[in-house]
Amino acid sequence: MNAPVDRMTHPDGDASLARPLILANVSRRRFLQGISLGGLVLAVGYPSAARAQEAKKYGADGMPNGWVDNPLAFVSIAEDGSVTIVCHRSEMGQGVRTGMPMIVADELEADWKRVRVAQASGDEKRFGNQDTDGSRSTRHFFEPMRRCGAAARAMLEAAAAERWKVPVREVQAKNHEVVHRPTGRRLGYGSLAKAAASQPVPARETLRLKDPKQFRYIGKGQLKLVDGRDIVTGKAQYGIDTRLDGMLYAVVARPPVYGGKVASFDAAEALKVPGVQKVVQIEDSPPPAHFNPVGGVAVLARNTWAAMQGRRALKITWDDGPNASYDSAAFKATLEESAHKPGKVVRNDGDFAAAAAGAARRLEAEYYIPHLAHATMEPPAATVRIANGKCEVWGCFQSPQAARDLVAKRLGMSADDVTVHVTLLGGGFGRKSKPDYAIEAAVLSKAVDGKPVKVTWTREDDLHNSYYHTVSVEHLEAGVDRQGKPVAWLHRSVAPTIVSTFNAAAKNEAPFELGMGVINVPFAIPNVRIENPEAAAHTRIGWFRSVSNIPHAFAVQSFVAELAAAAGRDPKDFLLEVIGPARQVSPEMLGDTWNHGESPERYPVDTGRLRRVVETVAREAGWGKKLSKGRGLGIAAHYSFVSYIAAVVEVAVDDKGVVTIPRVDMAVDCGATVNPDRVRSQMEGACVMGVGIATLGEISFKGGRVQQDNFNSYEVTRMTEAPRVIRVHIIPGDYSKPMGGVGEPGVPPIPPALCNAIFAATGKRIHRLPIRDQLKV
Amino acid sequence: MIRLEINGRRQEVDVPGETPLLWTLRDEMGLTGTKFGCGMALCGACTVHVDGQAVRSCLTPISAVANKKVVTIEGLGTDSIGKALQAAWIDVGVPQCGYCQAGQIMSAAALLKRTPKPTDAQIDEAMSGNICRCGTYTRIRAAVKQAVAKQGGTR
Repeated sequence: MNAPVDRMTHPDGDASLARPLILANVSRRRFLQGISLGGLVLAVGYPSAARAQEAKKYGADGMPNGWVDNPLAFVSIAEDGSVTIVCHRSEMGQGVRTGMPMIVADELEADWKRVRVAQASGDEKRFGNQDTDGSRSTRHFFEPMRRCGAAARAMLEAAAAERWKVPVREVQAKNHEVVHRPTGRRLGYGSLAKAAASQPVPARETLRLKDPKQFRYIGKGQLKLVDGRDIVTGKAQYGIDTRLDGMLYAVVARPPVYGGKVASFDAAEALKVPGVQKVVQIEDSPPPAHFNPVGGVAVLARNTWAAMQGRRALKITWDDGPNASYDSAAFKATLEESAHKPGKVVRNDGDFAAAAAGAARRLEAEYYIPHLAHATMEPPAATVRIANGKCEVWGCFQSPQAARDLVAKRLGMSADDVTVHVTLLGGGFGRKSKPDYAIEAAVLSKAVDGKPVKVTWTREDDLHNSYYHTVSVEHLEAGVDRQGKPVAWLHRSVAPTIVSTFNAAAKNEAPFELGMGVINVPFAIPNVRIENPEAAAHTRIGWFRSVSNIPHAFAVQSFVAELAAAAGRDPKDFLLEVIGPARQVSPEMLGDTWNHGESPERYPVDTGRLRRVVETVAREAGWGKKLSKGRGLGIAAHYSFVSYIAAVVEVAVDDKGVVTIPRVDMAVDCGATVNPDRVRSQMEGACVMGVGIATLGEISFKGGRVQQDNFNSYEVTRMTEAPRVIRVHIIPGDYSKPMGGVGEPGVPPIPPALCNAIFAATGKRIHRLPIRDQLKV
Repeated sequence: MIRLEINGRRQEVDVPGETPLLWTLRDEMGLTGTKFGCGMALCGACTVHVDGQAVRSCLTPISAVANKKVVTIEGLGTDSIGKALQAAWIDVGVPQCGYCQAGQIMSAAALLKRTPKPTDAQIDEAMSGNICRCGTYTRIRAAVKQAVAKQGGTR
């Protein structure tokens, strides 16, 4: 069997091409009904064309280019028996290059020791959607990858039956060989490879999927990372590591203010720097930014250092444009002013005003979270070579198809003539979904007659020209009854929207932002009013791991704890009471039309699951245990990316106000898991990132310019400040139920749990992040 | 022309003397295992050993390592401490994106050479110059301890 990998064009007559296009229109919801019980035989109902047109698409069906489950695209077996499985999603630390092939290998009955993983190039027609974001890879591709493996297994079995001239029902694939059960004869996968490749791909409805009890890898967590050895020996290849013959190294001086441009520049001194070969201006792109490079002046040299020295010698006069007055301190006041006035009503249950007026007591609080930058350890980097009418791109891309399409567009080429090779990503966190750096490399390669050019961003570039996490003020009010229980809830969320990066006029949060924990809060409160006053953007706003869930969860989960304190109640008991009894809430009932792109029927908001993670984490953390002076426990829970996470943070605050975190417990219900060890590691990492957001992270602007330059002013959590112990408790899942996301949902509960713990330890309530020296005495 | 020994091999490079060791290794010698993270010795991604000491290669001019012995992540596996650390890193499943891990392992190796049985505080101190944005710190500490135990240095 042979799966072409990294091929520039599809071979003519490849049957795998037409079919995925049709499949992308199949309603996944209907499709899944056939296997919803984890049964062995698929019963697929294809909707009529008309119905498919009408039906709103969810999950992988709703993503550009949907999903593909064709084994010819993903699996190849060599005659030596080695199996190569293609991973079409980008590896950025979540373990997808281990997890995704593991699913295929399990159904294929492949011996993992003989499995190799190949990385797909950016080609969604062939592989289905490749946008590695939204914590979607496993939940969208678990079933297609199972079918891939099962189909390849069926082809091997058919080939063996043919060889032995026996009925196919008498043979069974098991651990890298096919066995003829009546006689015990065996044939290895290698010896069947060629014959299996010429078997027809079995119809989807004939596939036999394993009973989950028979899984050998899925859910076990015993396999090591496929890239582990390469990583620890320095062989792993990231975007920044690309080296091609004759390659030039480039760095770019970019406008320091969003929307700014080069007024004039003088490259004379730069060109005198030893090793510098050329200076090229990159055309500016006025807002909205889209995924375009912001323009500037590039220096191309024999190595990165020479390019950096050349850039330092450039004399550039910038025209800063209208965002030159952007000032974070002033903007905070602007957001607060908006938060004190009514705004666009985005959810309205009951009558907040009347209920609040009649309440026994009213409380209000306001929370602020600044801009953040992803600061991936590997800064953005891309390499482009153009030759013979073809363009090749190498880089660390979360969205390789977007890189391909946009490079093609900028070069005036057909996307068919552009190949995007995806390297490992040294962190992604949403930054590398925007391939502006690939376009820069393409423009520069073109400027030197197609010679290979690698663009490397420095840390300063990364912090000064990011797609920043938004900045927000969250204003909350509650009316509570005599027992302190909320009967009226108002939440005004004010934050520049990511949509502003695509439409400069956009000033309201989009459904996908509101649906991240501001409107879809399933509390048992009868009168709820959610408002979204306008906010203008003055920089590039983008997706940052967990996105709007971060400010929303910080505000909501802090406020619930404040209400608990006002009522003199235990915060955990009070949180459970506010969540209310176990029930399934339709996202639409909460005004959430987005629901993380998932079907509201398959993915209702399940308060029983939310309760369970709260109860589990409280039990595991020893909630209520006696702590010494200066120590405290805080709890928070949040539903995001269709997963349920609760955290208990234990803090110790010394007499100088220095916070340390001896331990964090996290309970996660993401449904069934493929690789539980990577679920754990994602939670651990989310916890550390959440701690960093709470304690240190801030991007601020003055004169339109970012004030932080490097890790000395944009601090991130180090080992000494990180939690000493992180314990992750995974709620067992059921493979017949829809899966949830893992990469992002661990972050949002951490800042409020930490601040709630600080309150428990010190009585001081944090309303503004980062904490930094707010506790210092 | 500057002469030095890299991973046991004598080499010559022809770059201006102020060129950092980092960019010389990566761009001129093709040793890309040593990573760029900040360029200011703030993150530790570029950590290598110079005559057995952990050094941030991004701020070390190539002229400063003339005639010295440089070991990078690519050459670390030849000694027992390096090998034990690499094995522990895999076994504990430390890496997420993996980008910073070469620097982490180089810092850990320098620590264990100096202090075969480090305390938690000594591990923290030695590793606090290395940033991991994925947040693998608890596993890094566990892997260092496992490597110590495998080396027979259990406290």
